[in-house]
Amino acid sequence: MSIQARLPLRPSSSTKAEGAAPQQGSGRRRTARRDQKYGLLFASPWLIGFVAFIGLPIIASAFYSFTSFNLFQSPEFVGFANYSQLLADDRFYKAVFNTFFLALFGVPLGLALALALALLLNVNVKGQPLYRAVIYLPTIIPTIVVVYVWRWLLNAQYGFINEAISTIGLHRPLWLDDPMWTKPAILIIGFWTIGGTAVIYLAALKEVPAELHEAAKVDGAGPFLRFRHIVWPAITPVTLFQVVVSLIAYLQMFTQPYLLAQEGRNDVGAGPNDSMLTYAMYVYQNAFVYLKMGYASALAWVLFILILVLTFIILKSSKRWVHYGN
Amino acid sequence: MAIDTVRRGPSARKASRSLLAYAGILAVVGIFIFPFLTMITTSFKLPTDVFTLPPALLPETWTFENFGLALEAMPIDRYLWNTIVVASLSVIGTLVSCPLVAYALAKFEWRGRGVVFFIVLATMMLPPQVTMIPLYLVFDTVGLTGTIWPLVLPTFFGTPFFIFLMRQFMMNVPDDLIAAARLDGASEFRIYWSIVLPLAKPALATIGIFQFMWAWTDFLNPLIYLNDEANYTLSLGLYNFFSENGIAWGPLMAASVVFTVPALIVFLIGQRFFLSGLATSGLK
Repeated sequence: MSIQARLPLRPSSSTKAEGAAPQQGSGRRRTARRDQKYGLLFASPWLIGFVAFIGLPIIASAFYSFTSFNLFQSPEFVGFANYSQLLADDRFYKAVFNTFFLALFGVPLGLALALALALLLNVNVKGQPLYRAVIYLPTIIPTIVVVYVWRWLLNAQYGFINEAISTIGLHRPLWLDDPMWTKPAILIIGFWTIGGTAVIYLAALKEVPAELHEAAKVDGAGPFLRFRHIVWPAITPVTLFQVVVSLIAYLQMFTQPYLLAQEGRNDVGAGPNDSMLTYAMYVYQNAFVYLKMGYASALAWVLFILILVLTFIILKSSKRWVHYGN
Repeated sequence: MAIDTVRRGPSARKASRSLLAYAGILAVVGIFIFPFLTMITTSFKLPTDVFTLPPALLPETWTFENFGLALEAMPIDRYLWNTIVVASLSVIGTLVSCPLVAYALAKFEWRGRGVVFFIVLATMMLPPQVTMIPLYLVFDTVGLTGTIWPLVLPTFFGTPFFIFLMRQFMMNVPDDLIAAARLDGASEFRIYWSIVLPLAKPALATIGIFQFMWAWTDFLNPLIYLNDEANYTLSLGLYNFFSENGIAWGPLMAASVVFTVPALIVFLIGQRFFLSGLATSGLK
């Protein structure tokens, strides 16, 4: 390889071809050949990785979704049985409902909060780097620690959250023991770890041209109008990115609800009345607790198709509300 | 913001507005840091101080007892070491593979490049649940389940998100620089190693820290693959501890602090590169 790599060194004509623009012919062909060779060579780790860790597993998973299969005996073809079983499965519907519920509230509220935080962090006052670090801090804490800290904070009897709630004279929820309150608990934890999204918004806000602000001010536009007509259009591309990313994250949410609901190791419960059973949790339970690998694969494929469809719809709709400037 | 100071507006109103913003920021910062403080202070509480009404942030008496109890209940040092090994190997894998692939996508014109780039983007949307089961079976067949390798090996073949981030960054490396090095007779690998990679340092720091955090905090993959207690990462150790001891909040929070501190240190060291790298690469 080292000899080949040094090849361009040898023929002086290649040097000339690079330098002199006219009389290209063979030089351009050589460039094309070099690009082809090194492009493939540099990309090869991922090409191999894609086949091994993504491509073949996708095909295998599609195949398994048409089989009955539990680790210990080889897959047995069952046609669409898994998919029709899924349509009659109450826990499947429960998981879909819970997951969509979380996404429906979590994505818009989360992005609104992240944007509000970014606007605050963009105000010109002392100490902003420190405040930014504090807002970002929760995202560096291991998820399992985040969840356990919040289980403690949300403790119905001894937790700080209920203490604060009763201080302002409201009714104390039972949080993790009340199916009405488990999903808000998951959302609150999601909002606490919104710092990454906020930092990306902050970077986008810093790119909004100052001249536009100034011009609008001269025209007498107040902060609200300036946000509506200058800031918001400029950050719609980033918003599109954040909507897609956070929607996908919500649709695949596993660790937070799994650990919030956990009573014991490999416990298949998902909170009171299955109120924390998310789609990804249900896939995991079927695959690694019930060992129904075929059924779990079918579930995973339904999720994949849902994500593709929703992403496609969002990208389509974006033509109407995303502004690409310059 | 500099504009504000140039134009002399009604300064009293402006001062009150910035005071308001300041108050808002401090309130928000207080709310965001509070759970973190609770974790730390609870870890220093005596068991009798944990359940108090009303709850108190600070311990009555400060004690290190919980750290000892946590260490007695589980081999934290072993879990810590395993987690460090997994995270470090993952970072190495990512830093070796992702820039290579990104460079191929950014700076060479080869047939199939468009398709490969599209696939990279498309796989970012692929839910891990789809590939999780076949991958488990493969690792099981070759006898690697229970070891850390299923967590580490894939990083040596590139991660779509990081490849994308790197590629966006490398698009900005001037072509002239590369062409000039070719004129000087540098080999393609030499160009990559001594010109492109040094220029990409902020992006490298960004994906390195990202990968470290991912590996450090990952729960699902260790849950699936690690069934031998000797190979547990801290995530799994903590999970086990909670399963068995439930509401022993003091030791649990002590172990949580131990788990969080290394991530904090890495983040504080890399913060400068990280946030600037995040702002300058990708997302555009």
